[in-house]
Amino acid sequence: MRKLLLSSIILLVGLTFIGRLSYLQIFSFSPNQILEDPAIKAVYDYPERGYIYDRNGKLLVANQPAYDVMVIPREVKPLDTLEFCKLLGIDKEKFISQLKKARIYSPRLPSVLVPQLSKEDYGRLQEKMRRFEGFYIQKRSLRYYDTNSGANVLGYISEVNEWDLERNPSYAAGELKGTTGIEKEYESILRGRKGVKYIQKDRFNRDIGPYKDGALDTLPEQGKQITVTLDKTLQEYGEKLMVGKHGGVVAIEPASGEILALISGPTYDPALLVGRERSKNYSKLHYDTIAKPTFDRSILASQSPGSPFKTLNALVALQEGAVTPETTIKCYNGFYVGRRKRGCHCGGGNRDLNSGIYLSCNAYFAGAFRKIYDLFPTSAEGMDVWEKHMKSFGLGSYLGYDLPTGRPGRIPNKEYYNRIYGSKRWSSSTIISNSIGQGEVEVTPIQLANMTAAIANRGHYFTPHVIKKIGGEDISIPKFTEAKHTSIDKKYFEPVIEGMANVYHKGTARWLQIKDIEIAGKTGTVENFTRINGVRTQLTDNSVFVAFAPVDNPQIAIAVYIENGYYGSRYAGHIATLMIEKYLKGEITRADLEKRMLEKTLEDEYAKPYSGEPFKINERVW
Amino acid sequence: MSGKSVLKRLDWFSVLLYICLVFIGWINIYSSTFTDEATSIFDFASLYGKQLFFIGTSAVAIVIILALEANFYERFSSLFYIISIVLLLGLFVFGKTIAGATSWYNLGFFNLQPSEFAKVATALALAKYLSDIQTDIKRQKDQMIALLIILLPAFLIIPQPDPGSALVFFALIFVIFREGLPLYYLGIGSMIVLIFILTLKFGTIWVAIILGLLLALFLLFKKPSFKVPIIPVSLIYIAIILFSLSVNFVFNSVFEQRHRDRFGLWLRLEKDPKKLEEIRKTIGYNTYQSEKAIESGGFSGKGFLEGTRTKGDFVPEQHTDYIFTTVGEEWGFLGTATVVILFTLLLLRLIHLSERQKNHFSRMYGYGVISILFVHYFINIGMVIGVLPTIGIPLPFFSYGGSGLLFFSALLFIFLKLDANRLNELT
Repeated sequence: MRKLLLSSIILLVGLTFIGRLSYLQIFSFSPNQILEDPAIKAVYDYPERGYIYDRNGKLLVANQPAYDVMVIPREVKPLDTLEFCKLLGIDKEKFISQLKKARIYSPRLPSVLVPQLSKEDYGRLQEKMRRFEGFYIQKRSLRYYDTNSGANVLGYISEVNEWDLERNPSYAAGELKGTTGIEKEYESILRGRKGVKYIQKDRFNRDIGPYKDGALDTLPEQGKQITVTLDKTLQEYGEKLMVGKHGGVVAIEPASGEILALISGPTYDPALLVGRERSKNYSKLHYDTIAKPTFDRSILASQSPGSPFKTLNALVALQEGAVTPETTIKCYNGFYVGRRKRGCHCGGGNRDLNSGIYLSCNAYFAGAFRKIYDLFPTSAEGMDVWEKHMKSFGLGSYLGYDLPTGRPGRIPNKEYYNRIYGSKRWSSSTIISNSIGQGEVEVTPIQLANMTAAIANRGHYFTPHVIKKIGGEDISIPKFTEAKHTSIDKKYFEPVIEGMANVYHKGTARWLQIKDIEIAGKTGTVENFTRINGVRTQLTDNSVFVAFAPVDNPQIAIAVYIENGYYGSRYAGHIATLMIEKYLKGEITRADLEKRMLEKTLEDEYAKPYSGEPFKINERVW
Repeated sequence: MSGKSVLKRLDWFSVLLYICLVFIGWINIYSSTFTDEATSIFDFASLYGKQLFFIGTSAVAIVIILALEANFYERFSSLFYIISIVLLLGLFVFGKTIAGATSWYNLGFFNLQPSEFAKVATALALAKYLSDIQTDIKRQKDQMIALLIILLPAFLIIPQPDPGSALVFFALIFVIFREGLPLYYLGIGSMIVLIFILTLKFGTIWVAIILGLLLALFLLFKKPSFKVPIIPVSLIYIAIILFSLSVNFVFNSVFEQRHRDRFGLWLRLEKDPKKLEEIRKTIGYNTYQSEKAIESGGFSGKGFLEGTRTKGDFVPEQHTDYIFTTVGEEWGFLGTATVVILFTLLLLRLIHLSERQKNHFSRMYGYGVISILFVHYFINIGMVIGVLPTIGIPLPFFSYGGSGLLFFSALLFIFLKLDANRLNELT
């Protein structure tokens, strides 16, 4: 008995130990060891972010080195503070307070002493650096913009936030990612893959060499360059014309759906959101609630399209057989809705399709609109057909272009009106404003441009996009390379396009003619309202113009939407024709138009609602 | 008796286990003190180089021990004991202080730790006393003298301070048990420890309830013929409750904070995660790091010289008391289980050897060796893997240290010599 006592205790202890060890080493063991191990630090090696080029191979976005002066407080030896401060370009107080801050953060770990030195300062500092122990220079890569345009399309990069970290394990705190625009949309391509080096640390967090001699380390994978469809020259020119105007300009190549220019006014220099002043600049832009420079009007501003929408109504009327090009409708310097008269500026008289378009006769389109609905037993059925045709032009949807934001606009349907008026309590007369592009229908500038491209192509369009090449190879994304067909037969486009060409020859835009270029266009002058202290107040009309050229072989389709620019042929028409000429000819022949657009601004107009005083609208300034 | 016959009769199985343990120990000392600048394994500036030297010294000592007459140890055991007591006393005057403990004599290139020598000497002296024909362990007076032999060196070591080493001497009580000290001493002893731990962990109320329930179960299922002595049982029950109540008092008023911390850590008394995090960085740092290092080894370990926490020096005292964490991290469960099995085999083998001794002195010394080795192994590994509170004592044959290795080897091989000699004594 006594003999066995000690033996059994020894066996029991042995079993207990093995039990505990299997609990620790087999059950508690986590395979993610390497990341949880305090003795191993993963040091990431970041690849260079891919460059962005325009459609002609001109550089838009590249990278620039930035140099941070780092300090490890514990390793700082007595130094000539005055000389060092002079080299860094900071004063002594700032140096001392920064050093103190770094020491409070950690005496052993590096902190940033002076962020983002200029190249010149870096050059001067570099050779003398080794004399100052405890300090070193760390190179970082920042975005460099070889243009001061396209901020809204290119987007910017910023540090990842908590949300990104939770959702995407490939990001680590402090890393940069594309936050808006192309930088966001093509993040995975531009970013490349970071390399990792595992470093063995001791318990004081000092490096003591590579872990496993670097056997698990990986090399960074370069980000790919991308080529976008933008035309750098056109984009820069458009932004110059847009100075002092609020609105959007979108130019598309009809044959491919490639976006040639995507301009939002007012905009900002993309370089503002890089470097030392970044957060200050961002706040300034973000809190400008009147001009809203960070609001991309070209894809986000959803507004009434105005008269350009008449072209689509004409197409629907022709397709459904409600009118023929020869059908005439009488204009009484307006038209009647019940007993109420709505005005028209076309001059009155009998209008057919052609003159209806080029004189922008409201009465003709109101009549044609009614005729469409009269073909159907109920307004609801007419609505269904009308809605189907409109949507086939990409209206009322996000379109599917490759930018991370957008608005669907609005093509109202029968449910929409049933909700407002009740079922069967509305008719074509109730919704007659849609015939002239006012009323409930809303579009964004990019939808207007796309609609114009569909007309230019006589019945089909390609989803607008900004990506052209990835890593030097043409894209083969079916979404962007396959044509979307509208529900209108090709033959019905010719009469409408003829009308649009006449707009330019003898209609509302006849002042804008440019030598040797055949343009088909349509003006729009859009009533719009705002609320000032709760009172619905009308503002100066929005100026809208859509156009494509040349008529027979369209190279460019463009939509220009200028807030409070009055007649469509003014600001919008000017800008559209200048852009077309710039793109097709490379130079401007109508210096008078260009001069006017570069000089005139609408700042006075935009200040009116904020003046606190009554103001006049639609003033004849020129 | 020739040297050849010693080698023939030596228990080679024990020797093999000893060599395995020393070899594995050195491999791990090498790994935990290795730096990239190291040159040769014989570099005596490095700790593993020194340890290699100590292994050589031990080998020489083992040869001498085996060469000496077997009855030399029995005859001079009292002298060894007296020398060790003198050496321990001498520490109060000449001792060298390392890491806060005055436990060493400075012999120039080597620091001698007399407490290690005292372990061997006390085991010998106790065996000698108990095997004396005039000693009767059933007599209380003789029990007291035996206890005194054990406790004298222990009390000299406590003030160094080195409570861990002092604790080792108490393990020799096992020897007295083997020789006939009534078992209820052991029963009462374990009961006290158990009540102490249960009270700290669960509180007096739960102790009372659990004991009551056990008692009730016993009464329910007992044979009807068995008469329960009601009064003594109730008295014992009350005594236990009172003792349990006094535990709280002792723990809170008599113990110092560091003792409370160690017990609190061991029994996982702290539940608040924030405070736990704090404890991990302060008083619980050693335990936390050593558990984590072992855990990170997983089933098969990270490989020789690949232990990241070992390299990073995360576990304090890793080459001495915490050497087992290196085994855990670099060799994984396979390594740690192997070491546990080797120790278990060695201890069981030694019990087997002790039991076959005809000579009383040899048997009792054998039990002394087993007790000392076992308590080191039990407390050290128990502490490192977090099942026992932190008590700093080395792992025999493993931990870095000259005195330790030398005297553990001496302790073992004196017994193996006695064992090899057992047949000679019959003739």
